[in-house]
Amino acid sequence: MSANIEQKVKNIIADQLGVGEDEIKITSSFIEDLGADSLDIVELVMAMEEEFEVEIPDEEAENIKTVQDAVNYITTHKK
Amino acid sequence: MHDFKGKVALVTGASRGIGRAIALALARGGASVALNYAGNDAAAAEALELVQKAGAPKAKLYKFDVADPAACGAAVEAVVADLGGLHVLVNNAGIAVDQLVMRLKDEDWNRQLQVNLTGTFNLIRAAARPMMKARGGAIVNLSSVVGEMGNAGQAAYAATKAGILGLTKSVARELASRNIRVNAVAPGYIDTDMTAGLPEAAKAKMKELIPLARLGSAEDVANAVAFLASEEASYVTGETLRVNGGMYM
Repeated sequence: MSANIEQKVKNIIADQLGVGEDEIKITSSFIEDLGADSLDIVELVMAMEEEFEVEIPDEEAENIKTVQDAVNYITTHKK
Repeated sequence: MHDFKGKVALVTGASRGIGRAIALALARGGASVALNYAGNDAAAAEALELVQKAGAPKAKLYKFDVADPAACGAAVEAVVADLGGLHVLVNNAGIAVDQLVMRLKDEDWNRQLQVNLTGTFNLIRAAARPMMKARGGAIVNLSSVVGEMGNAGQAAYAATKAGILGLTKSVARELASRNIRVNAVAPGYIDTDMTAGLPEAAKAKMKELIPLARLGSAEDVANAVAFLASEEASYVTGETLRVNGGMYM
């Protein structure tokens, strides 16, 4: 389940940020390691909301800084 | 004429007047055109036919109220699916209910804000996603000379048109890194249905304020919009292009 989510999250990141999936580690920070800017983060959050049918409020989105953060949030909140 | 081959444009309020002229100008350049309108089916059908004759590879009508955010989101998705993308958005739909401020009703104030200003925001928000994905796009918002000058009897209309300038500049800054340009066109007094009802004496007085000494045409405005929507304006963003015969400089 969680491994599946991790893979899907990596797919979304690769697609949105145009980086190779092999460059994306579970500890990667979107901004520091993967070169995302604020618009990229908005796009990532919206793409994850759609893919997993979860709602990620702005105050929660601020705390999602790494791939692990995203996987954790989705695992906890997915219906 | 500007080249819009392979581009898809959504023009709001496209059934009549300035919006129709804009849709035609883009179609002449080879754009596929999505024409939004709110109510006048006969005028919209006529506009669609003219746009097809003008050379649009694809053209389609989308009847919805720009003040309805859900309708705007659905319409943008439909345009992308039907016409193959969204490269140009022209926020032209607008209403004017003239009244001195002391007599301006809540509902008239609110409705003008909802259609003119919130409607523009609704479609920008919806269109930003496909444009960001495509890493490019052009948005042109219709302001007005009264947004900069003010006009007795048009407090609400002028407020919406001034608001559009702030919206334009903010979104231009937000989306510039994705090569999405956002500009405004501020028409002066243009000969359309919206101004046709003015008394002759008022029109004559207005002409005295216009150095070029005539009312503008819908085509005058459409030419400016087409420029800003085109690649020829690739280094222009956050700008307001005034098309007013020199009435306000």
